[in-house]
Amino acid sequence: MKAMPEISSGAVAAPDSDPILSVADLCVSVKTEAGLTPLISGLGFSLNRGETLAIAGESGSGKSITALAIMGLLPPPAVRVTGGTIRLGATDLLRLPETRMRSLRGDRIAMIFQEPMTSLNPVMTIGAQLTEAIRAHEPVSRRKARAAAVAALRSVRISQPEQRLDQYPHQLSGGMRQRVMIAMALVLRPEVLIADEPTTALDVTVQREVLDLLRDLQAELGTAIILITHDMGVVAEMADRVIVMRAGQMVEHGAATEIFSRPAHPYTRDLLAAVPRMGKGAGREEVPRTGTRPPVAVVEDLRVRFDIHGGLLGRLTHRVHAVEGVSFSIRAGETFSLVGESGCGKSTIARALVGLVPHQGRVEIGGQTLSGLDAAGMKALRRRVQIVFQDPMAALDPRMRIGDLVAEPLLIHGLGTADERRAAVGDLLERVGLSRDQMDRYPHEFSGGQRQRICIARALTLKPSLIIADESVSALDVSVQARVLDLLAALKTEFGIAYLFISHDMAVVENISDRIAVMYLGQIVELGTRAQVFGDPRHPYTRRLIDAVPVPDPAHQRAPAPRLAGDVPSPVHPVGQGPDPVSLTDIGDGHLVAETVG
Amino acid sequence: MATYLIRRLIQSALILLGVSFITFFLLYVLPADPVRQIAGRSATAQTVANIREQLGLDQPFIVQYLRYLGGLVQGDLGRSYLQKTEVASLIASRLPATLLLMAGGIGCELVLGLSMGIIAALRRGRTLDQSLMITSFVAVSAPQFVVSLLLLYVFAVRLGWFPIGGYGTWAHLVLPAATLGVLGSGWYSRMMRSSMVEVLRADFIRTARAKGLTRRRVILRHALPNAILPIIAMIGIDIGIFMGGIVVVESVFGWPGIGQLAWQAIQRIDIPIIMGVTLVSACAIVLGNLLADLVTPFIDPRIRLR
Repeated sequence: MKAMPEISSGAVAAPDSDPILSVADLCVSVKTEAGLTPLISGLGFSLNRGETLAIAGESGSGKSITALAIMGLLPPPAVRVTGGTIRLGATDLLRLPETRMRSLRGDRIAMIFQEPMTSLNPVMTIGAQLTEAIRAHEPVSRRKARAAAVAALRSVRISQPEQRLDQYPHQLSGGMRQRVMIAMALVLRPEVLIADEPTTALDVTVQREVLDLLRDLQAELGTAIILITHDMGVVAEMADRVIVMRAGQMVEHGAATEIFSRPAHPYTRDLLAAVPRMGKGAGREEVPRTGTRPPVAVVEDLRVRFDIHGGLLGRLTHRVHAVEGVSFSIRAGETFSLVGESGCGKSTIARALVGLVPHQGRVEIGGQTLSGLDAAGMKALRRRVQIVFQDPMAALDPRMRIGDLVAEPLLIHGLGTADERRAAVGDLLERVGLSRDQMDRYPHEFSGGQRQRICIARALTLKPSLIIADESVSALDVSVQARVLDLLAALKTEFGIAYLFISHDMAVVENISDRIAVMYLGQIVELGTRAQVFGDPRHPYTRRLIDAVPVPDPAHQRAPAPRLAGDVPSPVHPVGQGPDPVSLTDIGDGHLVAETVG
Repeated sequence: MATYLIRRLIQSALILLGVSFITFFLLYVLPADPVRQIAGRSATAQTVANIREQLGLDQPFIVQYLRYLGGLVQGDLGRSYLQKTEVASLIASRLPATLLLMAGGIGCELVLGLSMGIIAALRRGRTLDQSLMITSFVAVSAPQFVVSLLLLYVFAVRLGWFPIGGYGTWAHLVLPAATLGVLGSGWYSRMMRSSMVEVLRADFIRTARAKGLTRRRVILRHALPNAILPIIAMIGIDIGIFMGGIVVVESVFGWPGIGQLAWQAIQRIDIPIIMGVTLVSACAIVLGNLLADLVTPFIDPRIRLR
């Protein structure tokens, strides 16, 4: 599939057959009070049978709008196409009346969306949602549609498809739901499939499975795919050709191998440079040994369990074993990372560390044990540990000025006079790359990256010895993410802060961590320095995580992995039972690995 | 499911116990004296004392309450002070009329309110939406006695389509039910509109459209069942608000239900009737809520009753 007709940047050479889909000079605008504002202008490309075209770009670049324009699903009345043509075969989609367009949707062009959790109707069974997609276009009986639905589920490798038909979306995992979405999109064998960030909301191992599945189905059905993504790793793995978009315009267009090896446009170069790459950190010289420094936080045999009540008297019947027997310590000035997939307990550890969830075991911050502290002691302890969360918009009160937001920790702890606080806030804002006179603005006036800088400034006000960064860069675009990571690294050396860095992104973790703990189902399965964990991963789960990360290089050859669709086991156990505790063995120089049970 | 039901029924019994205690206490500390009402103005002090003793009203509060409670568990709501009949049979004879009125009122408000809400949501931001929302605002803020008099004047006095008051035929039901329904429809149309607007923005609606479903199917099969979920819980709570309206409407239209009974009893401080009607209404509210909670899992499979 990589053998493509020659394509030069910007212009598309005609292949031997006519393209299935061709977009020419597409303009989409949004109606605002100030008049029509263009969202996309002059976009043109074509798509051939069996080909994968990736549209890459950061948020706001217009990639999703392009997809919705092709589907005829732009949100009316504000957003509409103001020029150009979109041809499917010989039909100009923009001139079709809605009834004809409707009959094309799902039949000849299908789409899958980013959020598998919300993209399926929660009150309809999987079967009802699949069969209605079939029956909307083909006059078949209920029974035949059901048989076709079973076949579609089987083709996306869902086990027990007959039983799944009667289940509701909430009974399936995220990866399963995305498979159902794919089955639904491909059941009528459309000529074009638009996949809008199909794996962004999924864990990395699940992403691997879904990408493999898409590729297999494409080979089988010859569907042309438009893959919309911000993840250059995914682009490199999947795409034959790539369009790079910025601010509604195509900045570069070419074969994937070309774009990655010889990016022509400076923006493409910047974008590629900002992508965190695995293996880049491993070669970096080892940071000064922090082993001798005193630990800022010690966690010993930490257990966090949540009770589930049931029955007539509301008796305790089950427990969620969110964190089970976890031990580690964070030394002053080091970045300690927790990695793992959703539900593995990494965020729960963060919350236990600042006393937001009740825990068992020992948590020690700066030599002081957390349990048994009174309110005043707890408050004093909180000065030493601060958290920066994933979503900066949700973490900042929209009705407070950012100066007040950053000063609030000082106010809570009764530090300084009003003038001193204002001066300190100004200094901090400048330190994180904002300006002093932005203090009186509100959070919505800032971009995502700037908001995260504000959150970091707020975390710094109390001069903590430990900052917990819980997925703090996950919601940011790569170029912004790179700058925020640089800032975090600079602050670390400047203030001697230690970080507990929580992330699902192996490439980011590899780039910034000194030591890493890999978590699975509430327990640590491997712990060691960056060189140990990434250079010499011993636990099969660590290897699986590392292997699953998409590599931003089309030439990269991936070792064929078994195509499996396994779900993570549940951390819920009846009272009195629990998960089998893993025992960590030191295989040399502090590299701890769990003995594999199975 | 069974354990859930049993637990909810026990809870309901406790709520009713609490309601009975609070109402009984409020009526006890009331400055008006029911005995004076019964005995009349010219009664001697001796007669008053005799009646008081006869009714047990000379006993301390806690004894009176426990005695009442003792009767209650045997299904005895006591006797009316003035009519000398069993409160239970008084209420039983009037309950069907009130239930009919409630059914009519709820039906009316749901049909009116939900359709207004759905139409407004689908025409969001347009003139029709705005005029429907102004209508619903007027409906919510209009006092019931005003609405009832207005309806009476227009449809009974002027047009003569419906009888002015009374009970017996379906025609008698229309105006009282409409009065009750108008207030509720304003409420429900606003709830339904915002719920529907939110659901129409949901990702799964986009998925449904991307599948190539007709607009009709997207709205009826995908949007509506999701939008109606919060409304169902509202209906349960709404029965409580309804009971208040029923007292007014039954009085205005001369509808022989328990609302009218309560109104008469309050004027005469007929404590057993007031207690009886209060407990029956509380029962209706508790059961309404329970019913709403029991129905929800049939529409929303994510909800499990435990």
